[in-house]
Amino acid sequence: MTDHLVRDAGERAPLYRPHVSRLWWVHRRSYRLFVLRELSSVFVAWFVVFLLLFLRAVGQDDAAYQRFLDWAANPFVIAVNVVALAFVLLHAVTWFNLAPQAMVVRLRGRRIPPRMIMLSQYAAWVAVSAVVAWLLVGR
Amino acid sequence: MADRITLEVTRYQPELSTAPEVESYEVPLRPEWTVLDGLNYIKDQHDGTLSYRWSCRMGICGSCGMSVNGDPKLTCGTFLSGYAPGPIRVAPLANFPVIRDLIVDISDFLKKLVRVTPWISRPDERPVSEREYLQTPAEMEEYQQFSMCINCMLCYSACPIYALDPEFIGPAAIALAQRYNLDSRDAGAHLRLDVLNTPDGVWACTFVGECTTACPKDVDPAAAIQRYKLTAAMESVKGFLLPRGAR
Repeated sequence: MTDHLVRDAGERAPLYRPHVSRLWWVHRRSYRLFVLRELSSVFVAWFVVFLLLFLRAVGQDDAAYQRFLDWAANPFVIAVNVVALAFVLLHAVTWFNLAPQAMVVRLRGRRIPPRMIMLSQYAAWVAVSAVVAWLLVGR
Repeated sequence: MADRITLEVTRYQPELSTAPEVESYEVPLRPEWTVLDGLNYIKDQHDGTLSYRWSCRMGICGSCGMSVNGDPKLTCGTFLSGYAPGPIRVAPLANFPVIRDLIVDISDFLKKLVRVTPWISRPDERPVSEREYLQTPAEMEEYQQFSMCINCMLCYSACPIYALDPEFIGPAAIALAQRYNLDSRDAGAHLRLDVLNTPDGVWACTFVGECTTACPKDVDPAAAIQRYKLTAAMESVKGFLLPRGAR
């Protein structure tokens, strides 16, 4: 009998500890979607920066505002913004879908169905978008 | 339908090798047979040394959790026919150290479970003769979903956060903490707050949601964790704003 088969009482055989690959998220759709959702926060931050740059340009003078518009019309900036918009939509939709799990809302002692919480967010989104569209186009 | 199906079973025999190896076995493909039945067949007919945990065969003991084609499953509730024509890959639950074949070391989970005080904690324990803590159906409904947990650890196996950060207290322990926090008879929420309102507590969770997908008892641990984040945040704000006596 070889040595490693002879063990003292109470001595445990070595455990096998699986290694987590750096690409753990590649092989499963739900993990890929999760990683994309996490990545989307970078693009949300980009839109905040873009908005702040816009506000600064508006706050300066006409020349600064025009320079901002020219920069924003650059094909590279447009491409970044299109990608950012896609990620921000993913961010919004995935969080709207997850929100009912995180919230228990009661009205007169009754729990509001999760579907209603989700739909109310979409309704609010449509309402805010309609107001913005009216400000931009309707007036 | 073919009358046999192949199970590719991950074997780890520490006295023979330092890493797991896959062995294939053919088992009868019967409509009423689960993956666990297939493993029992292998143990009876092919190799008696195959090691795995199981007990009740009816989805309530929580012992027979394994990875089936990469998904954490209770093997007693996972039918062979659902994977026909096969092969079916059966491996130990992911994210846990392996002791032997399909048996994982669950001591980390057991240590974490105890840390969240998973029992009714009250400062004014009444004597047995007068001890009856009544509850309305509405009060019971508050926590009932979280009380369905059978400690099968499929949620830990599904959670990438636990895989990357083994200090994370994990989905089932937090769901069970909520089960007691939401119980009208309990007064131990402050004990659990100290464990859960930490970087390795609820704040480690990034809401992947796979724990809820994997749960065989519809406990929804992801919901328990997100709801507790709100509680923990409110308590932190109170702790910051209010004098000690008013919290």
